[in-house]
Amino acid sequence: MDANNIISPENLVYAKPLLMNEVPMHYCPGCSHGVVHKLIAEVIQEMGLQDKSIGIAPVGCAVMAYKYLDIDWQEAAHGRAPALATAVKRLCPDKLVFTYQGDGDLAAIGTGETIQAANRGENIAIIFINNGIYGMTGGQMAPTTLNQMKTSTSPEGRDVHTSGNPLKILDLLALLDGVCLATRQSVHTAAAVKRAKRMIRLAFENSMNNKGTSIVEIVSTCNSGWKMTPTEANDWMVENMFPVYPLGDLKNI
Amino acid sequence: MSQEILLMKGNEAIAHAAIRYGVDGYFGYPITPQSEIIETLMDAAPWKTTGMVVLQAESEIASINMVYGGASCGKYVMTSSSSPGMSLMQEGISYLAGSELPCLLVNVQRGGPGLGTIQPSQADYFQTVKGGGHGDYRLITLAPNSVQEMADFVALGFELAFKYRNPAMILTDGVIGQMMEKVRLPEYRRRRTEQEIRQQCPWATLGKTPDREPNIITSLELDPEIEEQNNIRFQNKYREVEKNEVRYEEIMCDDADYIFVAFGSASRICQRAIDLAREEGYKVGMIRPITLWPYPYDIINRYADKVKGFLTVEMNAGQMVEDVRLGVNGKTKVEYYGRMGGIVPGPDEVLVALKEKIINA
Repeated sequence: MDANNIISPENLVYAKPLLMNEVPMHYCPGCSHGVVHKLIAEVIQEMGLQDKSIGIAPVGCAVMAYKYLDIDWQEAAHGRAPALATAVKRLCPDKLVFTYQGDGDLAAIGTGETIQAANRGENIAIIFINNGIYGMTGGQMAPTTLNQMKTSTSPEGRDVHTSGNPLKILDLLALLDGVCLATRQSVHTAAAVKRAKRMIRLAFENSMNNKGTSIVEIVSTCNSGWKMTPTEANDWMVENMFPVYPLGDLKNI
Repeated sequence: MSQEILLMKGNEAIAHAAIRYGVDGYFGYPITPQSEIIETLMDAAPWKTTGMVVLQAESEIASINMVYGGASCGKYVMTSSSSPGMSLMQEGISYLAGSELPCLLVNVQRGGPGLGTIQPSQADYFQTVKGGGHGDYRLITLAPNSVQEMADFVALGFELAFKYRNPAMILTDGVIGQMMEKVRLPEYRRRRTEQEIRQQCPWATLGKTPDREPNIITSLELDPEIEEQNNIRFQNKYREVEKNEVRYEEIMCDDADYIFVAFGSASRICQRAIDLAREEGYKVGMIRPITLWPYPYDIINRYADKVKGFLTVEMNAGQMVEDVRLGVNGKTKVEYYGRMGGIVPGPDEVLVALKEKIINA
């Protein structure tokens, strides 16, 4: 048997999703964004929703998410993605409307829009990347930065007495009646990727079925910002991030 | 236009005109003196009839970003506010202009700065026509001076916004918003279907179909060479607007020795001051800019050769007077008279100012 016998359709076990564009990604090697983008592309493709999908990109590392997925996108002002998504879904109730936001975008500057949209129970999905740091601007402290964690604006480590505690915004959101799904996932192992994908699909189904607001938090690595290798970052996330941001469903109705 | 003549406030006329025009969505936050707009919409409940979405947002920041989301879908969307709220919206307005999104904004101005007063003012002229947000952009700006024009400019605003893919603003104030006058509302129009919007707005984000590339609405361009080209495109568009869309009203200018320049409620006061002046034998007329951007520089410049002076009357510290001076270009005298902080000047004091600053100066 030579290689040509092996490369055949029936032997295909993995392929790049059709909705991922053929462009180089700007994300750092080891960053979680690429995996999450791929999962979103797979889910939209599997649900057959390319012509109904409208993604809302944030300001932050994912500001150019629109370059990577072959769907219609809107690029929001910093923190305002849930406001855009609110209007899009209200005006186009048959569409799949999702936002893709980082921790600074969703839990600092956009806290108001996030909580109010979720409290109204807008029928949107929110994909929330929590890596505890501002990646795009060069590693500053985020609302989700851990206690004692060093960043470029907390060089001695986050001091909770002056900067407050890590904001567990998903716990807050899970309390709101408008929220139907609040789940915390990760993408650092194959099993975790599978679970995260299931939850992204559920969130998108909730949007299409008008069940309310779904938030899928992905506890993520930022190895560049954390100044670690990708594998060190994965280990550090498990040891330090997961105790503060434990994985699992906070709400799933 | 409907044959029925109704009596209502300017704010109410905007709300009813929006429903009848086939607006898809209104997003707003209460603030005096314009809350009647959202109250009238909520009372009329157009989601039961035309399907129009009306949503009370959590802030003006959310409102303007909801407008951004809806406009990105090619929908007819609008918001309204008053001065402090409009300040909060400036970032969003810059994004709308930078992403070339059509929408209608309404500012029912009140006195500032800061929380200021709830009484009428025209002190947001600079903010509106000189760019209150960041970057080189322009807002198509309409200045109604009657309840009828409040109703009519909803349609005109949307038409211009979609013609040029640019936000349009109705810049009015608490006098025009709150006063009651006779009005004939426009006839009902059907809201556009998604198919019609896809045809009219091929750029709209309504879901990527196999026959086209993805539509991406963004104001971001990190490559300065391309961003400069974007800016050149915007500027070329703005020059087209300036060439095609200047609107103004000339009132008794033919024989005038002196001309008032005033917009909105100040123009109504000047109208009465003209009558008083003419009773005393002074030949006074008025140029009323209807578009504040693009500004009617040419007509002012033409009259500058003929008249002995211009008095700009504004309910602010003298903002539009700078544009009048640009139009006059030194050919004759230009002075300003106005009141601030929510005070509406009377016609008598305007006439006194004309005599002191222009006629007898």
